[in-house]
Amino acid sequence: MRSADQYLSFTNSGFGKWVTGSLGLPQPVQLARRQAGKPDLRQPVLMGTGAGGRLTEPLAALFRSANLVSLYHSENDVWREAARRHEIMTARYTAETSGKVGALLFDATGIEDAIGLESLYRFFHETVRSVGTNGRIVVFGTTPEDAGSTEAAAIQRGLEGFTRSLGKELHRAIAVQLVYVRPGAEAAIESTTRFFLSSGAAYVSGQVVRIAKPVAKAVEYDPGKPQAGRTVLVTGASRGIGAAIADLFARDGAHVVALDIPPAAAELDAIAERLGGSALPLDITAPDAAEAILSDAKRRGGYDVVVHNAGITRDKTIAKMDAGRWDSVMDVNLFAPLRITEALLSGGGLRKNGRVVCVSSLSGIAGNMGQTNYALSKAGLIGAVQRLAPEAAKSGITINAVAPGFIETQMTAAIPFAIREAGRRMNAMSQGGLPIDVAEAIGWFASPGSGGVNGQTVRVCGQSLLGA
Amino acid sequence: MLSVPTLRRVAILGGSRIPFARSNTAYADLSNQDMLSAAIQGLVDRFGLHGERLGEVAAGAVLKHARDINLTRESVLSTTLSHDTPAYDVQQACGTGLETAILVANKIALGQIDVGIAGGVDTTSDAPVALNEQFRKALMRANRGRTTIAKLRALSAIRPGMVFKPELPRNAEVRTGLSMGAHCELMAKRWNIGQQDQDALTVASHRNLASAYDRGQFNDLVIPFRGLTRDNNLRPDISLDKISKMKPVFDRQHGTLTAANSTPLTDGAAVVLLASEEWARAHDLPVLAYLRTGETAAVDFVDGDEGLLMAPAFAVPRMLAKAGLALQDFDFYEIHEAFAAQVLCTLKAWEDETYVRERLHLDTPPGAIDRARLNVNGGSLATGHPFAATGGRILASLAKMIDQRGSGRGLISICAAGGQGVVAIVEK
Repeated sequence: MRSADQYLSFTNSGFGKWVTGSLGLPQPVQLARRQAGKPDLRQPVLMGTGAGGRLTEPLAALFRSANLVSLYHSENDVWREAARRHEIMTARYTAETSGKVGALLFDATGIEDAIGLESLYRFFHETVRSVGTNGRIVVFGTTPEDAGSTEAAAIQRGLEGFTRSLGKELHRAIAVQLVYVRPGAEAAIESTTRFFLSSGAAYVSGQVVRIAKPVAKAVEYDPGKPQAGRTVLVTGASRGIGAAIADLFARDGAHVVALDIPPAAAELDAIAERLGGSALPLDITAPDAAEAILSDAKRRGGYDVVVHNAGITRDKTIAKMDAGRWDSVMDVNLFAPLRITEALLSGGGLRKNGRVVCVSSLSGIAGNMGQTNYALSKAGLIGAVQRLAPEAAKSGITINAVAPGFIETQMTAAIPFAIREAGRRMNAMSQGGLPIDVAEAIGWFASPGSGGVNGQTVRVCGQSLLGA
Repeated sequence: MLSVPTLRRVAILGGSRIPFARSNTAYADLSNQDMLSAAIQGLVDRFGLHGERLGEVAAGAVLKHARDINLTRESVLSTTLSHDTPAYDVQQACGTGLETAILVANKIALGQIDVGIAGGVDTTSDAPVALNEQFRKALMRANRGRTTIAKLRALSAIRPGMVFKPELPRNAEVRTGLSMGAHCELMAKRWNIGQQDQDALTVASHRNLASAYDRGQFNDLVIPFRGLTRDNNLRPDISLDKISKMKPVFDRQHGTLTAANSTPLTDGAAVVLLASEEWARAHDLPVLAYLRTGETAAVDFVDGDEGLLMAPAFAVPRMLAKAGLALQDFDFYEIHEAFAAQVLCTLKAWEDETYVRERLHLDTPPGAIDRARLNVNGGSLATGHPFAATGGRILASLAKMIDQRGSGRGLISICAAGGQGVVAIVEK
């Protein structure tokens, strides 16, 4: 996909790099996204393990199954031993001999005191410069509420500040995440670790994810085609982010049911035909929409994944906003997804190990001038996800949200130049994301292996300066 | 020389090598010592040998700088092995790595040492470029001069042009002036080996190596180094179509050897850990396989009309006779692919009754081998060939294959410059 961001292309040209460098302007790096035939996971992965880390075994199992190459920090005998047991290619890391590394992983789950914390400092102090362009960093922690002492809880919560600062220090498109793993959920880290090491997470950075015990029994799946044999409903699928989501699920092997309003039926048919899926033209705000979707689901033996992507903006400051703008945004963005989710969950329209993913927005987190209506609807989705998650878990289903930041679409292309430029650059990647970046994050939530990720909102914003 | 009551079996415990890199790529700015140290350190880390004093470390390089008089010992001092571990350099062209292993193994068998590391390293990116020979001689004469006048007279022979004509190392035989490729081209013609057969072997080499990497076959044999995790000469998408269009490089008119079916110049290092069974048991390390025996042969390629790289054809039958084995008694054949043609000439020679009778002085030819057992995890054509490192690569890799099979026997054959060949048997 060609980026509409001409400044990005300019800074990546020889002359542009010199000009922007001399003027001290931001120098965004072209993000490396998934490409067929190109390696997806970053490697070699340099492993650090704090004292008492719980994740050595599950990480080693992942490295073996994905045939990842590792390096270990000189103090990390734990990993050296594990790599040997699991026959993982590995070597001691030294700044002189190891060359650039693809990713840093640090298992901080066992850190409980100041002495343990020092190993985190030493690891990153000594290795962070070795991470190559488009590299990845993942720190694993223990959920603070499960920590054994006040000191341990404080340290674990403190990791959020650490990773978020790290994300802002590193340039060259390096994405940094914190993954909290609840005790007992160690075996559930695979899909999340894979995602954060992959090209798919190019525009996801500074995020905090919690992994609990999976809502359903683990199933075997092919990480190369994780959605094979699954049926996926995507609303608002005719263009923009929705079309990218539909593309991604088809790429991952799913049968895609593409939904959009009846006036978009022609585009919808074209998409369904191209992806070998089905078209479902209907207005999700219609009184019988939830029922119609449920019956479509039942006809197909239930959906495995539902992506609530359809959304509209009707921007005005609140004083100038008419009731029509308010009502339509609420109906499309918030109440329709709630009704449909409710109908599918209670009516058995979702299969076991199913997934619901809502497309929220950074506006819903940070707020945005002229978007009181939109921000309420999008923040509302975050609330719905939190509330529904434990309910859905009982049926072996997860519900999560992605919150896109500045994404290059027709919608953002219409923003006036100065505001658009500001929106694009005000993040750690100094550029806007692409629809595929949002789709990739949804693909991770929707993976059959992501049963341990529930009730979460993850931003796809290049670690925007806006919001928490 | 026997230092223990009876001869001992020599166990191969494992190996360590850095990914091989085509000349002037990933390791362009590295020295032999950098690479050999990394390979040894990888072995030390893998087997927990920090601070251990080993019997000896023997390794070598074909292309060496004058300063590398003690290359292996200096490399040992760069690792966390006990610095009380003695070391020495060996040099036998491309046979260096395997010959070194035979030397260390012999000492273990005789009880002189219990454990040792053998291997080799080479770089063609950091090759020794020497002073112009006339320039050097003038300097030496000046050094010998007893008076200032004599010194000045000697120095007056120096011409500015000498500075710009350094002595470059050449990949050529000293006595014939022909490059190794040109020699192998002659062999291919003598044995009538076509390009198509050479290309087929090349494709198999790359495909086998790629699939071995994908299976994780080398995970405990290769260490990531300088950003490489695989040999960068490997072309997993190679096809007969693509390489059959390539032009011959050593005989541009009538040749069959191309850049694809000849090994490229390569940088890299590989080492192997050898020990007595007692030592392995005491250190709780499993035995992959045993190095049973080795043999070295040489042929007269200068005055005689033998091919430069045909010595393994002589070495193998000699070794088999001593071991009481037939050529068909092997589960794996690891024949170093200096050139695809070298492998094919050797195999053809073993099947040729006249040649076998007249040259090898044998009544019956060793015969054909099962090609499905040849270089099953790739060979030098795909991996690349840093001269002295190849022996270590093959030995460790073969020992692991035999261990995976549970038991079995493998043959190693490596041709070398100067008309030499080093071969060995590994079994369990």
